[in-house]
Amino acid sequence: MSIETKLTNAQIAWRAAQDIQDGAYVNLGIGFPEMVAKFQPEGRQAIFHTENGVLNFGEAPAAGTEDWDLINAGKKAVTLRPGAAFFHHADSFAMVRGGHLDVAILGAYQVAQSGDLANWSTGKGGVPAVGGAMDLVHGAKRVAVITDHVTKKGEPKLLKECTMPLTGVGCVTRVYTSLAVVDIEDGQFVLREKLPTVSMDDLQSVTDAELHIDGDIAELIVPEL
Amino acid sequence: MDKTIATPAEAVAAIPDGASVMIGGFGGSGAPLELIKALVERFKETGSPKNLTVVNNNTGNGKVGLAAMIELGMVSKMICSFPRSADPRAFTEAYLAGEIELELVPQGTLAERIRAGGAGIPAFYTPTSFGTDLAEGKPVAEFDGRKYVQERWLKADYALVKAELGDPHGNLTYRKAARNFGPLMCTAAAQTIVQVSHLVDAGTIDPEVVVTPGIFVNTVVEVVNPAQEELLNRAEESWV
Repeated sequence: MSIETKLTNAQIAWRAAQDIQDGAYVNLGIGFPEMVAKFQPEGRQAIFHTENGVLNFGEAPAAGTEDWDLINAGKKAVTLRPGAAFFHHADSFAMVRGGHLDVAILGAYQVAQSGDLANWSTGKGGVPAVGGAMDLVHGAKRVAVITDHVTKKGEPKLLKECTMPLTGVGCVTRVYTSLAVVDIEDGQFVLREKLPTVSMDDLQSVTDAELHIDGDIAELIVPEL
Repeated sequence: MDKTIATPAEAVAAIPDGASVMIGGFGGSGAPLELIKALVERFKETGSPKNLTVVNNNTGNGKVGLAAMIELGMVSKMICSFPRSADPRAFTEAYLAGEIELELVPQGTLAERIRAGGAGIPAFYTPTSFGTDLAEGKPVAEFDGRKYVQERWLKADYALVKAELGDPHGNLTYRKAARNFGPLMCTAAAQTIVQVSHLVDAGTIDPEVVVTPGIFVNTVVEVVNPAQEELLNRAEESWV
């Protein structure tokens, strides 16, 4: 079974951005999750946190004007917005682990129906690297994942149990995929939104764990980006 | 009170083989490159210091800074959270060849272990890493219905840190996100050596804005216009 229509990464990021409230303190994972910052709805302004000690950073500076003391967790140069603050690493992770962040949005290799997340190691050798992922999943009030619904080989990423090394146990509460929006409640995937072009059967066929239904399933409608 | 010393070479001259060394910085931001270069040059001339245990968030980038120390074989163990970078060859090759040991620590746990080391707190509990491979062998305890992993303090023989303003007492301020691990590492080492971009007279730094009080600092050396790792790598500089 193949599903021909799916959201682009930018569209998944757009959908995740719609759930971020004005004034929320937000940490975005390195890479694909960073795109969420571009799609904040008109009139809302989140405050972005980066592990290396900045609150309220903004866009990348123009090429040639970078200040390499002012970078984000991905080591990319950033700028400051009015009301920014610097702090050392212990304060930064007090913000994370002390429960002060409203939302963390991370990528995933695998997510289990229990809310377990695997996103730091494929377990296949090489050099392991964890960064702040294991801290973020236990600190933010809401931990959301953005991901393609399946792997590049077409295998499900929403699983009964993760098979790769875990980043955290029971930590994810919502998953935004290329096909659907799924909540994790009481150890189950609960389907909230799906692309109108994808049937329930097709969606279940690319999801390892059972998708439960609790109330209406909204249409996942995202602009062309 | 005068903790100043004239050159980076003099500042790092006493670091022996086998020392544990915390090195500030997050990637290139806050990396004390001139102190590291002085260590590298000493090693090239004398073969020492070697067998170092280095604590840093990363493992260097390219062929300068910490990456050069690793490529030259000065480091036997890294304690870090993220041993990757744009050009991670030095560490990757040493690690895959079995020439360097890696203790991988979640970034917040790394910061808190250093903070605890500086504050005299031998261990603490955190939810971070519970149920993962990185918690293997560590005590777990339940508090208020949730499980936590015990982590131990982290201390070192030396800390090498970069700051912006410094005075002869060792009072420091930092520059932007280059602060990162610096203030923590200053507290957790037996000997803290700091390169400052501007050495100023005592009384010049407003006490309200001092980030690291001088009690945590042993040695201050002025390095005007310090190099930035990102720019050295773009110029393909090599210290190896």
